[in-house]
Amino acid sequence: MSVGKNMLISASLLGIFAIVGTAMVAYTNEHTVEQVAFNKQQYTLNKLHEIISPKAHDNDLESDTIKVTDPRLGSKHPMIVYRARKDGKPVAAIIQSIAPDGYSGNIEMLVGIRVDGSLLGVRVTDHQETPGLGDNIDIRKSNWILQFNNHSLSNPTPTNWKVKRDGGAFDQITSATISSRAVTKAVYNTLQYFKDHHDELFKTEVPHEPIQ
Amino acid sequence: MSQYSEIIQNGLWKNNPATVQVLGLCPLLAVTSTVVNALGLGIATTLVLIVTNVIISLIRDFVRPEIRMPVFVMVIAVAVTIAQIIMQAYFYELYLIIGLYIALITTNCTIMARAEAFASKNGVRESFLDGLFMGLGFTAVLLTLGAMRELIGYGTLFQQFNLLFGEGAKAMKITVFHDYPGFLLAILPPGAFIGLGLLIAIKNIIDAKRAEAQSEVNVQTAT
Repeated sequence: MSVGKNMLISASLLGIFAIVGTAMVAYTNEHTVEQVAFNKQQYTLNKLHEIISPKAHDNDLESDTIKVTDPRLGSKHPMIVYRARKDGKPVAAIIQSIAPDGYSGNIEMLVGIRVDGSLLGVRVTDHQETPGLGDNIDIRKSNWILQFNNHSLSNPTPTNWKVKRDGGAFDQITSATISSRAVTKAVYNTLQYFKDHHDELFKTEVPHEPIQ
Repeated sequence: MSQYSEIIQNGLWKNNPATVQVLGLCPLLAVTSTVVNALGLGIATTLVLIVTNVIISLIRDFVRPEIRMPVFVMVIAVAVTIAQIIMQAYFYELYLIIGLYIALITTNCTIMARAEAFASKNGVRESFLDGLFMGLGFTAVLLTLGAMRELIGYGTLFQQFNLLFGEGAKAMKITVFHDYPGFLLAILPPGAFIGLGLLIAIKNIIDAKRAEAQSEVNVQTAT
């Protein structure tokens, strides 16, 4: 009997601690959830504004998006396309894209393409490339990624859409040819995807499952 | 009074969580590639350690021995989760870098060890001090290791301080070696192991020298 009573007291104590603990976490969460959501939004927006100047568009980039799935974007999963517009006219699309063949796995990128098909800019958003070598694809480490600015499918010609090591037009990062090659290829694929789906990408009214 | 100085010495040197107890290596080794990462994790760990030590010493009298462990785990998990949420809210960019290791503070044995070995047997004031100085001792090792690895790996000190202190702190970056090609080994995990090994070795040498000096003094006073 007293054993049962003891167990009951212990269990209730444990229960009380669990309830108080959960309440404290819930309270903290309640008071910060808006700030956290704001931070995430701000972070994405900052990334996007590295590619497109805030003056070049007047719509809400964060919410003017569609989700698309295409093997050329490097993933089976839907990728987000942010559409930039000014006075209701399309300016550019910033397409989430993945280079699946990096040196250590996926390289996640944002590829900004003007409505005329030229590159506004490319940024790597997430990767596991080797620190000090492959991570030079990241703008915080080197300016390598800027060399894609203003290029398009016809400039250079498709056969030259490679790194110099492979006979193409783009510089590779020394000792990180695989990372450079992966990014270059993914940018090219994204440009092709953009060309094929140009009109659908900027539609304001999106039917269900717009692009396959 | 001497009890307090004992606690302080233990945390910072004699029983340092990283170099003597060799606890919490997972975050220690993973995060110390730069000074700012080390500082971020050090501050977070210290705060969590203070909070958990104080709470556990407060509740130590009515937590029965049989449920002691689960209660400690719960207290630690709550403290870490709250720290993580607060960091997400106010230091988001830093959180993106060391966020994974913040969650891992829960598994940092230092915290459980201090809860079990110290806070559950001592008063609130002592436990607070123990948490503070164990945390500072841990942070000191993190910072030393971070500075070593950043200096050797990147040739800089205090890069990316803006993650912690806002945009103005960008200027705090010191480029020690110009046109430094970088030394990859220092930034990769092996560099962390080698660095920590060196730190422990240096500490042992200093301790040995001190003990030698001490015994000489003893011999002299004895004769």
